[in-house]
Amino acid sequence: MDDPHNENIELQLLLQAIHLKYGYDFRDYAKASIKRRVLHRLKSSQLPNISALQHSILNDVRCFEQLLLDLSINVTEMFRDPSFYQALRETVIPLLREFPFLKIWHAGCATGEEVYSMAILLKEEGLYSRAQLYATDMNEVVLKQAKDGIFPISRLKQYTENYQKSGGREAFSDYYSAHYEHAVMDKSLKENILFSDHNLATDGVFGEMHLIMCRNVLIYFNRELQNRALGLFADSLCEGGVLCLGSKESIRFSDYSRQFEDIAREEKIYLKKPACYS
Amino acid sequence: MSLPCKEFQALVIGSSAGGVYALSAVLSTLPADFSLPILIVQHMHPHSKSQLASILQKKAQLSIREAEEKERIQPGVVYLAPPNYHLLVELDRHLALSIDERVNYSRPAIDLLFESAVDAYRDKLIGLILTGANSDGAAGLRRIKQAGGYALVQDPQSAEADAMPLAACSATSVDKVLPLHEIGPHLLQLVNHYPRCLNARRSELKHSS
Ligand SMILES: C[S@@+](CC[C@H](N)C(=O)[O-])C[C@H]1O[C@@H](n2cnc3c(N)ncnc32)[C@H](O)[C@@H]1O
Repeated sequence: MDDPHNENIELQLLLQAIHLKYGYDFRDYAKASIKRRVLHRLKSSQLPNISALQHSILNDVRCFEQLLLDLSINVTEMFRDPSFYQALRETVIPLLREFPFLKIWHAGCATGEEVYSMAILLKEEGLYSRAQLYATDMNEVVLKQAKDGIFPISRLKQYTENYQKSGGREAFSDYYSAHYEHAVMDKSLKENILFSDHNLATDGVFGEMHLIMCRNVLIYFNRELQNRALGLFADSLCEGGVLCLGSKESIRFSDYSRQFEDIAREEKIYLKKPACYS
Repeated sequence: MSLPCKEFQALVIGSSAGGVYALSAVLSTLPADFSLPILIVQHMHPHSKSQLASILQKKAQLSIREAEEKERIQPGVVYLAPPNYHLLVELDRHLALSIDERVNYSRPAIDLLFESAVDAYRDKLIGLILTGANSDGAAGLRRIKQAGGYALVQDPQSAEADAMPLAACSATSVDKVLPLHEIGPHLLQLVNHYPRCLNARRSELKHSS
């Protein structure tokens, strides 16, 4: 086998080449997972080493697009972590009721399951009509799927179960219609959702938010990039706004932890404190 | 067979069906001052609330906890992969979690832990495969051996499920196959051997000069 040290150097160079050529910045991602995906791509493209891959992504945009898909992990679910959604209903919804209108940002929305879950929850709580939801991701392919709101029917059993466990009491099947292999989410759910492309590594704040959901994205970043993203969230949230992270993510080690307080510690839900208290 | 004269820096363990009992048996024989960090993937139902740490802690002297992302790996601490997350080791010896798709039908997957740990620890790594009814971990153990690390497997006959130990044994040339109750003592020997063989070498050098 080649010198494993060289492999890590080649990986750094590949990420730098991607950044220089295409603007996508993976340099501050957690490397172990990235490396595994790159090696996987090497194997299936039958390329001898990462440098060869670098050469082909520089010269062939389709090859880059393929790698980009490999590098993004879009695994998601509706009502993923039911206990989180339960906490959202019980502790966050009452806070949101106090605002005359709501702006909600789903950063790293993947194929959209999360934002449709939120739409359902807001409808049931009577808050949907005053809400504007922004669903963003850096990956335009998944964003398109999110916009379509069509999910494989095989996943719906799990989603229904999650919904019920999260405290949902309606008939879940009212929210979609089944067409052969697919479940098409009800159109009314996306009336107030804006899908757009936004990269947490390179783009900035785009509006004042009352609620930000960024779940299972930060685990793929190193500490510096986590800090950057959390900075964006801190700057975007209004006083009394709420930040929700994935169940294994935390603001504890970031520069911004003092601006927030826990409101559901286990579920990683944080309240932005008024400026004079932070 | 003589023990390698090497300062091992981490132990990774993979287990599946029957693993809770086996892990407890191994960990309970290790003293509180065991100097290596121990990283464990035990296959679990993805939606189980993890009580594994508290179950294993009952009989263990080492401190056992569920791994947190970006946590610095410390000697003498046992880290468990959380249910439904892969556990990986970064080059700078921090822990990473991911929800990448399942590997070998598993998340967490043993292969992912082992392969990333090889990158971080190279030949200073001990890999241990315990009981289980699938073949996760076999590829990872092979990588450990290729990098010059040490491969240990529970004797299939003493395992509640023998598929995983068998797969590991046929994937690579394993250094030692042991019944459950001999694994902990052997690990201790491996780790304690280094200062001794180092001293022996030093005095050899003295005598020859
Ligand atoms: C694992 S999915 C999480 C989906 C959803 N939030 C959930 O928890 O189920 C991670 C998503 O983050 C996106 N992502 C990764 N890096 C990003 C970045 N720098 N900016 C924006 N989105 C990013 C990926 O494209 C992917 O869709």
